[in-house]
Amino acid sequence: MAEGVVTSVRGYRDIARMWTRAAMAYPASFWMMAVSGFAIGLLDFVGIWIMFHTNDSLGGWSLSEIAFLYGATGFGLAAADLVVGRIERLGQMIRTGRLDSMFLKPLPLLTQVCADEFALRRFARVFQAVVVLGIACTFVSWTPAKVLVTLSMVVSGSVIFFAVFIGFACIQFWTIDANEVANAFTYGGNTMTQYPLTVFPSEVVKGLTVLIPLAFVNWYPALYVLDKPDPFGFPEWLQFASPVVAAIMMSVALLVWRTGVRHYTSTGS
Amino acid sequence: MTALYLSVATRAFRRYSTYPAATLAGLFTNCVFGVIISYVYLALWDQQPDAGGYDSVDAVTYVWIGQAMLMTVMVWGGGATADLSDRIRTGDVALDLYRPVPLIGWYAAQDLGRAAYHLLARGVAPTIVGALLFDIRFPDSVGAWVGFALSVPLAVMVSFAVRFLVASTAFWLLDATGPATIAFTLTVFFSGFTVPLVIFPGWTRELVMLLPWAAYLQIPADIWLGQRQGWALVGGLALQAGWAAVLLGVCWLVLRQATRKVVVQGG
Repeated sequence: MAEGVVTSVRGYRDIARMWTRAAMAYPASFWMMAVSGFAIGLLDFVGIWIMFHTNDSLGGWSLSEIAFLYGATGFGLAAADLVVGRIERLGQMIRTGRLDSMFLKPLPLLTQVCADEFALRRFARVFQAVVVLGIACTFVSWTPAKVLVTLSMVVSGSVIFFAVFIGFACIQFWTIDANEVANAFTYGGNTMTQYPLTVFPSEVVKGLTVLIPLAFVNWYPALYVLDKPDPFGFPEWLQFASPVVAAIMMSVALLVWRTGVRHYTSTGS
Repeated sequence: MTALYLSVATRAFRRYSTYPAATLAGLFTNCVFGVIISYVYLALWDQQPDAGGYDSVDAVTYVWIGQAMLMTVMVWGGGATADLSDRIRTGDVALDLYRPVPLIGWYAAQDLGRAAYHLLARGVAPTIVGALLFDIRFPDSVGAWVGFALSVPLAVMVSFAVRFLVASTAFWLLDATGPATIAFTLTVFFSGFTVPLVIFPGWTRELVMLLPWAAYLQIPADIWLGQRQGWALVGGLALQAGWAAVLLGVCWLVLRQATRKVVVQGG
């Protein structure tokens, strides 16, 4: 097991390095895209600021509190997009036969799929999220426990988004054109968790707690860190449950992946 | 000539209609985003019931018009012009230049065909879903319907001209993905897909309402909502037509410059 992980990480690193070198063959494009990646996130946040220019709060949360939510979910999504995001092109890899050739290489299939066309420029969005989260953190009154919960939130949030990317990309093993469905959960989940969940009906919040537990990316830990009572009256231990949820989600995603691979019979011909 | 353009447009329409699973998947995602943003705007307009001169029904309607128009005006880039930048890189554009049809017209016809498909396939369903789930507004006069019907193709033409300019940077850079990313970043923000342009603060609102990106969503939406009537409606259409004409003119100039370069390089 441990040995397998080391092989995977090493293999991923080698493939990523190769793609990075390839991208650097067009340095102008690389930098334009990296700067744009940063600007996309920034303008997205400017959008939220515009909503606030006449209000002091949205759903009962202030701008600095929403920045905390925004930075946390933005980090999770951007990290997942950087590391495993290429899996959304699974259908294309199936269509072109690229996936078949990956079966022949001595590296776990999932590692190869995620590392394929690795794009370092996506780091720009991770950086942008860190900037917003960092600024939001200056408004928090810190305790050692809050530091721990924040760190666990950032790591668990990323792992939860890893799992969402992998799990929903597997739909493409069955219908190779339907990659956009996954966007509803990855980017849609990100958009949703940028805002305090108080703006949504309580059924949605229950769904985000139990069905597709994206509320653990930032909402529950943020309630603890920002000293806010849970407006839906859910148990307090949920605020510390993010790592457990992340571990469960990752296991489920890997199970779905394995089922998908077993179902896969190549496009033939 | 018109018959030729029409048949190019029809082929493009059919080309996009061959992927029903992709269309369904896209519709699902549009609807999920529509629901999410609707709730956010409802919370915002609950705090401030007349933000930007909209009421909460206008705001939610705006969200669904946005989801319906997203693919028609190709906010994220792509469409016929994506083929163009590839063909410039591979050199196939030389074939396009040999055709007995002007290159811009050839691609514009394809893009209008594509837009017609996306308006039907990706526009109607989100509007219905939005109307079923939320309280939304429909145009309440013939003038508004006619204005909207004129406004959408103008929006497509402005968007096409911007995407054409982006694609033609490939003549100089070979790889147009950098400029494409910059263009799409600006488009998402300044066309009103991030937040409606009407709620931009102070003078920035007046400014962004005059930029070419206002033609993508804000002007058609304001006509639909009845925010632009009479001379304001005409003014909106004129602004769209003006930008379309100016930008297509720039496309023509850029193309002339680029073809000289192709000849100098010897193909």
